[in-house]
Amino acid sequence: MHIMEGFLPVAHAAAWGAVSTVCVGFGLRSIANSIKTKPELKMLLGVSTAFTFILSALKLPSLTGSCSHPTGTGLGAILFGPLAMAPVAAIVLLFQAVLLAHGGLTTLGANIFSMGVVGPLAGYGIYRLTRIIGLSTSLTIFLAASLADLATYITTATQLALAFPDPAGGFAASLIKFLGIFAVTQIPLAISEGLLTVLIYSFIQKHSSDELTSLGFNMNAEEERI
Amino acid sequence: MNTRLKNGILIAAVAAVTILPLVIVKHPTARADGTQAVVFKGSDDQAAAAVKTIAPGYKPWFAPIFKTPSPEIDTLLFTLQAAIGAGFIGYYVGYSRGRAKMNANKSDSKHAH
Repeated sequence: MHIMEGFLPVAHAAAWGAVSTVCVGFGLRSIANSIKTKPELKMLLGVSTAFTFILSALKLPSLTGSCSHPTGTGLGAILFGPLAMAPVAAIVLLFQAVLLAHGGLTTLGANIFSMGVVGPLAGYGIYRLTRIIGLSTSLTIFLAASLADLATYITTATQLALAFPDPAGGFAASLIKFLGIFAVTQIPLAISEGLLTVLIYSFIQKHSSDELTSLGFNMNAEEERI
Repeated sequence: MNTRLKNGILIAAVAAVTILPLVIVKHPTARADGTQAVVFKGSDDQAAAAVKTIAPGYKPWFAPIFKTPSPEIDTLLFTLQAAIGAGFIGYYVGYSRGRAKMNANKSDSKHAH
């Protein structure tokens, strides 16, 4: 779940807003570049966006006795690189902030930063790293997507802890509290997101291998790894 | 691994991870005043409560510009969001399968000549 409307002090809200505006700008440029040179990628970009739409609408129960929702940004980060998901997250978060009172306009910047920037960066980094180690495709996709999800909510907790340090224990005590609320709740959901991303990725791999090749995926090597 | 089996296992695992909390988490007993404690509330509500204990003086300085009149309308909009996503993915799956079939037919007719 995202930071609620009005729940970040003005200075924090403005700072995150500025950072995220820059990131969304870079993201739009990265998307425009890849579509211009390879128009056939529009379909996969749509699939990544649609996946984020679905997953971020699913509020799932967690073992902590509370609910949260996955993000769905790991898939797009794996396919299109970490920048492309910032505008996608911005669209979803804007929809939810304006119509659903979920998240908020004043916290939009902070929420874009966690869901559209840190999550995809983490997912992309983990994907690259696990490829180098040589794990199987399914395992790399699972780890990248679920840890992108988790990284998003660790960021949310950090943002709140920065804004509201505990009067006695300071930033660290606050961080532990917010991590307990967001990150621990998220663990089962992150596992679900990882599994669902493996599911859709294996379909993409089977049916859009030409598009994956033009994204720089080595399909001959991939097929041996499934 | 057989694709169908693998997909089945993945979907079953997601279902299990989702259902497990509903079975395991105990419904708290009614409070002293008779009201029922609520489980499976949103983590954002819990965070709001945590902010109130850490910084009791903090007042949210901006309220949502539009609040849906009831939780039912929330459900409507969340469903709409998921439906748009699912609709597109369904379109992609159908399109890809059709394309694969067409390509297979094409290569068949090439062999025939």
